[in-house]
Amino acid sequence: MKNKIMTAKEAVAPIKNGASIMVGGFMACGTPENLIDALVEKGVKNLTIICNDAGVPSRGVGKLLTNGQIKTLIASHVGLNPEVAQRMNTDVEEDKLECILVPQGTLAERIRAGGTGLGGFLTPTGVGTIVAEGKQVINIDGRDYLLEKPLKADVALIRGSVTDKFGNTTYNATTRNFNPMMATAAEYVIIGACEIVEVGEIDPNNVVTSGIFVDAIAGGEKPWQI
Amino acid sequence: MADIKEIIAARVAKELADGNVVNLGIGLPTMVANFLPEDVHIVLQSENGIMGMGPAAEKGKEDVDIINAGAQYVTINTGAMYFDSAVSFGIIRGGHVDATILGALEVDQHGNLANWIVPGKMVPGMGGAMDLVVGAKKVIIAMQHTQKGAHKILKECRLPYTAVGVVDMIITEMGVMEITPEGIVLKELHPDFTIEQIQEATEAELIISPNLTAMK
Repeated sequence: MKNKIMTAKEAVAPIKNGASIMVGGFMACGTPENLIDALVEKGVKNLTIICNDAGVPSRGVGKLLTNGQIKTLIASHVGLNPEVAQRMNTDVEEDKLECILVPQGTLAERIRAGGTGLGGFLTPTGVGTIVAEGKQVINIDGRDYLLEKPLKADVALIRGSVTDKFGNTTYNATTRNFNPMMATAAEYVIIGACEIVEVGEIDPNNVVTSGIFVDAIAGGEKPWQI
Repeated sequence: MADIKEIIAARVAKELADGNVVNLGIGLPTMVANFLPEDVHIVLQSENGIMGMGPAAEKGKEDVDIINAGAQYVTINTGAMYFDSAVSFGIIRGGHVDATILGALEVDQHGNLANWIVPGKMVPGMGGAMDLVVGAKKVIIAMQHTQKGAHKILKECRLPYTAVGVVDMIITEMGVMEITPEGIVLKELHPDFTIEQIQEATEAELIISPNLTAMK
């Protein structure tokens, strides 16, 4: 079996400037903070970050934002991180952030579609709003739906609660959120694990993400705190 | 007059029936759970991944892996389930949530809702609101009737929509209103206010129900 266990620094080493990166977590609950810290240290720039929200300035993807590494942010909610509005409105061109807001359910499903080989899906969410701008409206049996396209990325940073050495992963409580879909929708998938165990120790009934999706595993993630 | 938010939350609670699956928005809507009668048990859905959410966690007893969609530490009830965000919004869009209760910046007489953006001023994002109001069987807006005197219940929304034609009911400290094809029908009026006062606080023209009762 290929060794996937490495340090966070080694795990993020292949990530290049301009990469698109999915980051699991909801208000940083279920976000692999060690992997984010390693990315901050590496200093790669012009990243496209796909995450439910912008975290807060000192947590989750907020740390990448503070460090000026994000060019485009695709998220459903950014209201709890005041730096997003500051960077969207700045006159300093190199600090300028493009923020693309996507309804939360649409974001989750676009990532799911990206990881499951679908060409997109039809959702009633956003019909008649500015979210519908530029999108195809398709009427099915009398109801309008928007055609939403799949979302994929170069990299996914996933927070696992318990991960075995193959990469089979469980997610505790509400840390699950976007992690399972993101683990299927990126070329290079890193698990930041709270606990690493031997293969066979996790009951197969409880595995949510199969190790086949996982390229690298770094331990040492800690429980999250507000 | 008792606390305005409590008056609104207590009245909203009467709209919920035993067994309902309910998603409560952040802020005032969260208070609704405190006013349910003892014989009414609802199942709270939290869009970040819980069916069967319990009350906020006691200080010192928080489990840091369990939060609600407002990033507060919460508990779960016996029989609860966790799921990922794709499943969560499948539940929401699929019509499996009986009611969603949330606030608004503006609501209009066609049931259009605006609550996610003030262009140029405030761009927090829609979070799960667009999915919730489109998917839930009943959409109840719980809010103060005006924004410091400025109208919020309008003929036409001026802010960008969260969704069109989705609001079923508006509950404020002044009254209970239902959105109908004819317009906004005032069903209940709080005893502290007159019909003239509530109309003055509302840009849209209110249709007074022939069965108008006192809001309790």
